[in-house]
Amino acid sequence: MALSLDEVRRIAALARLQLTADEERTFAVQLSAILDHVAQLRELDVTGVPPMTHALAAGEPAGLREDALEPGLTPEEALRNAPAREGTCFKVPRIIE
Amino acid sequence: MSDALTHLSLGEASERLADRSVSARELAEACLARVAGTDDRVGAFLRVTAERALAQADAADRRAAARDRRGPLDGVPIALKDLFLTRGVETTAGSRMLEGFVPPYDATVVERLEAAGAVSLGKLNLDEFAMGSSNEQSAYKPCRNPWDLARTPGGSSGGSAAALAARQCFGTLGTDTGGSIRLPASFCGVVGLKPTYGRVSRHGVVAFASSLDQVGPLGRTVRDVALLLGAIAGRDPRDMTSSARPVDDYLAGLEGGVAGLRIGVPREWFAGGVEPGVEREVRGALARLERGGAALVEISLPHTRYGIGAYYLIATAEASSNLARYDGVRYGLRAREPRGLAEMYAESRRRGLGAEPKRRIMLGTFALSAGYHDAYYTRAQQVRTLIRRDFDAAFERCDVVAGPVSPGPAFRLGERSSDPLQMYLADVFTITCNLAALPGLSVPAGLAGGLPVGLQLVGRPFDEATLLRAARALEREVGPLPAPPLPAGAA
Repeated sequence: MALSLDEVRRIAALARLQLTADEERTFAVQLSAILDHVAQLRELDVTGVPPMTHALAAGEPAGLREDALEPGLTPEEALRNAPAREGTCFKVPRIIE
Repeated sequence: MSDALTHLSLGEASERLADRSVSARELAEACLARVAGTDDRVGAFLRVTAERALAQADAADRRAAARDRRGPLDGVPIALKDLFLTRGVETTAGSRMLEGFVPPYDATVVERLEAAGAVSLGKLNLDEFAMGSSNEQSAYKPCRNPWDLARTPGGSSGGSAAALAARQCFGTLGTDTGGSIRLPASFCGVVGLKPTYGRVSRHGVVAFASSLDQVGPLGRTVRDVALLLGAIAGRDPRDMTSSARPVDDYLAGLEGGVAGLRIGVPREWFAGGVEPGVEREVRGALARLERGGAALVEISLPHTRYGIGAYYLIATAEASSNLARYDGVRYGLRAREPRGLAEMYAESRRRGLGAEPKRRIMLGTFALSAGYHDAYYTRAQQVRTLIRRDFDAAFERCDVVAGPVSPGPAFRLGERSSDPLQMYLADVFTITCNLAALPGLSVPAGLAGGLPVGLQLVGRPFDEATLLRAARALEREVGPLPAPPLPAGAA
């Protein structure tokens, strides 16, 4: 399947990726080649085959932990890597103009 | 003398610590000197935390003096792929996106190794976000294969394997999503184990593809890998995909041999494309196991060739979701002075992410997008079921599956970096093991043209003990491989 430049731009927008014109052209070629390879999956009859949605086998002992209070990160620890902050909040550009 | 210490196995270093013929500080200093003398050529380390390592070593020596050693790993220098969060130590995942990121907590496996007394020398090179098969996708620097510096160490855990081959430390941790432990282990001539999905906690490991990612150990000997696995395996309440199944004693049956073991040899793993030197070494290893009493059984894994296609849809779909968190808001790179929030996201991701993560995010976003989801993503998950069924059927006739790790030995830097599909095809034999959520291991089978070749063993779910026992039987015959010719340099 050949991806057009328009489709590449549409996917980039969905993924919140800003691509250069060069990247758009390169990805159109490379992703098309990969999708051509992937197209061989269509040779298989998968009628009635359930999708494998979990890698941990059903019945494997795992389960939820108890809902108990445990120490977590302090606000200071959580904010230490913030690119911008104000008080105990992450600061972002204005959303509503 | 001190450089000779770096050539011990982890198990030997541990015995020397136990009988106090060497101190943890001596081992750490020897390794740090070895890193200083070799890593300008190898590039295995992104960050060396010497001061911290020496402080941990001194603490281990104090415990030894007080006859309070915590076990076999106490005082042993190890190193970690830079995908594991380490509290207070920069963790980048090999990406500019996380340059300067200092985690506020440790990954569970890091906690467990440190609780066992292991001394961490630093953080190891990798492909960006563990996406790659050559370590060339590292945003910082390439890592080179100690057997031939013009060749890649394999990826994505390239630094984890190269550091061991270069005798820079005694054990490492890597992660394996489609072969990222086994491929570098094979290319660098060391032992690497990808445990069963759910055997080891992923809490605090930078996520790539959550239904495939698994943490595992690498070492120069099978015993070293068994020791490390024993220390990190087991239920973690902070990772609900970790199994509560009891952890086996991986050392107990290690020397048991392979008499009576049925080894399945899939014909699809030898059907064309495997280089003659690789096939010769792998078949030679199988013959040795047969002489040791194993029975070779020809089997079929008919959906092998569909593995790459299914994998690159499922893994990229999950990656596109996992990497959505890198938006410049809470941590990581943020574009300066964006016009509004949408531009901040897009511009931060443009600047912070390299070509391979972008390519995979694009492919995964496509596979999950409206109109394509069922035709691509759901179908890939159905094919994943077929691949799992292949193995289930095979394990009715054999106890382990064996074959090559990759069609060829280590390839040259730059040889495949412009063609992503060619790069992906290096994973054709390792990927199905991840899709089927099974344990897989690479153990040195021999050398082809002076380059290491690994034998891959894949086992039943949670049967790592059998893989290790079979690998040990081979190792008794052929290896461990000698140290690569890499000169010690200034050390």
